[in-house]
Amino acid sequence: MDFTGENLLRELTPQVLGAVVRRFGDFSAAEDAVQEALLAAAMQWPEKGVPDNPRGWLIQVAARRMTDHLRAELARRRREVVVAMQMPPDQVAPAVDSEDDTDQDDTLILLFMCCHPALTRSSAIALTLRAIGGLTTAEIANAYLVPETTMAQRISRAKQRIKTSGVRFRMPSDRERAERLGAVLHVLYLTFNEGYASSIGAHLQRTDLSNEAIRLARVVHKFLPDDGEVAGLLALMLLTDARRAARTGPDGELIPLDKQDRTLWDRNAISEGVALVTDTFSRGSIGAYQLQAAIAAVHNEATRPQDTDWPQILALYGLLKRMTDNPMVTLNHAIAAAMVHGPSTGLKLLEALDADERLAGHYRLHAVRAHLLEMTRDHEAAIAHYRAAADRTTSIPERDYLTTQAARLSAERQQRQVPPG
Amino acid sequence: MKFMLMMHAPRGEGDWAVFNWPSEDLKAHINFMKRFNKELRDAGELVAAEGLAGPAQVRVVRAGKGGAPEVTDGPFPEAKEFLAGYWIIDCESPKRAYEIAARASAAPGPGGAPLNMSIEVREVMSAPPVEV
Repeated sequence: MDFTGENLLRELTPQVLGAVVRRFGDFSAAEDAVQEALLAAAMQWPEKGVPDNPRGWLIQVAARRMTDHLRAELARRRREVVVAMQMPPDQVAPAVDSEDDTDQDDTLILLFMCCHPALTRSSAIALTLRAIGGLTTAEIANAYLVPETTMAQRISRAKQRIKTSGVRFRMPSDRERAERLGAVLHVLYLTFNEGYASSIGAHLQRTDLSNEAIRLARVVHKFLPDDGEVAGLLALMLLTDARRAARTGPDGELIPLDKQDRTLWDRNAISEGVALVTDTFSRGSIGAYQLQAAIAAVHNEATRPQDTDWPQILALYGLLKRMTDNPMVTLNHAIAAAMVHGPSTGLKLLEALDADERLAGHYRLHAVRAHLLEMTRDHEAAIAHYRAAADRTTSIPERDYLTTQAARLSAERQQRQVPPG
Repeated sequence: MKFMLMMHAPRGEGDWAVFNWPSEDLKAHINFMKRFNKELRDAGELVAAEGLAGPAQVRVVRAGKGGAPEVTDGPFPEAKEFLAGYWIIDCESPKRAYEIAARASAAPGPGGAPLNMSIEVREVMSAPPVEV
């Protein structure tokens, strides 16, 4: 365990929150109380030193805040006396040395609450980062480039939503569990993507989000070591994140997989990811995150692009395609097919996607088509599709990349047209 | 997803149309905008919102010799609409952005009737997605 200030606080956040919610029941107020306790710790510990029992200290401070909060509520409402109120604040906190196994359940229950399907994805992400990740509202607002007041509202609405939808502080039933765990993993996946995707140029600081998502995925994996999809998601994050340093050039420009300097890839992250994937596959479990992780592993294991085991990637995409209805998977499957059987096979597979309204006219379809057309040496058509893709993307680095591809092909074509001599 | 909503207001005769509204109607319009912005903030969707100074104050700038600013008066007198203000919102889907835009479009004008202004909705460029 890391006992240096911030990391320790972040690690203890869900445990402390779990203990306080367990005692007082009011998730929303407990969450505020724990944030206040964290702030108090962040101010006092560096000066006075970390207490012997930091967890107990935090619980005690949060419980006092809760008691104050309940007192104020009570005075305001003049309602009947809450049982907790009859005790002096010091007795309200649980025995501070009770380090039992409810901790791990508490963290999971909190995750299930924060990622409840009744919440919008953006509010579930914000709530998870605060309640489980121990980030402040300002940090979350900064990561998502919105004002702090807006993020504060988002979080408070999410908490309100949990209150009104009557979500109880308990493990989901076995019947709901798979679906609810799926929601948790999806929230962590989106958080990772937000951080990873934007870890370029001016937004470099936002990589914190992917580190946080990896940290949380580790927490879930520690509590549910036998769950293949949890391991799969953690592996997928590690294997993707391993390429981060190679993914952009000095000016923040995107570098595609086959052009990356593979010596920049993080070998430790790759070994850990590969080990996780291998382990879950050997247990015979298979799911969408595991398959994506396996695909990433195959890419990462190739020292040079030409060493990539495309037949295996094609087979994995084939499995993934049967498992999900995501047109992006079909798109990637077509790329793999082109790498194995040639570009015209890939182009043929893309035709099926023209009829899919989720993807028709989408920039990714144009970009992939452009790439495959370039492989067939139909440069004229490739240029048109690179340009169409550049016109439709909502990402500046991607637009720059696609525009550059089109310009490169145009220049080559013009050079060929110059008469000799 | 972040979107910019640009409110194009009718320019009106001579001066900005809004100057010719009865004060009651103007007040109702301003209150609507305040309420609307508060709703967006409370919903956790507001990133930024600004109203822009009237068309009489528009200046058009081009770099002249040596990069010095060459300033001319705007707006173009024939324009029927002009950019009166904008919002940047962060919401779940384009559908939600259109809903918000429609609310802004229906801001009350003279006699309390909805203005039905045209609101241009543009997605703000973001980071590229993660390749799988």
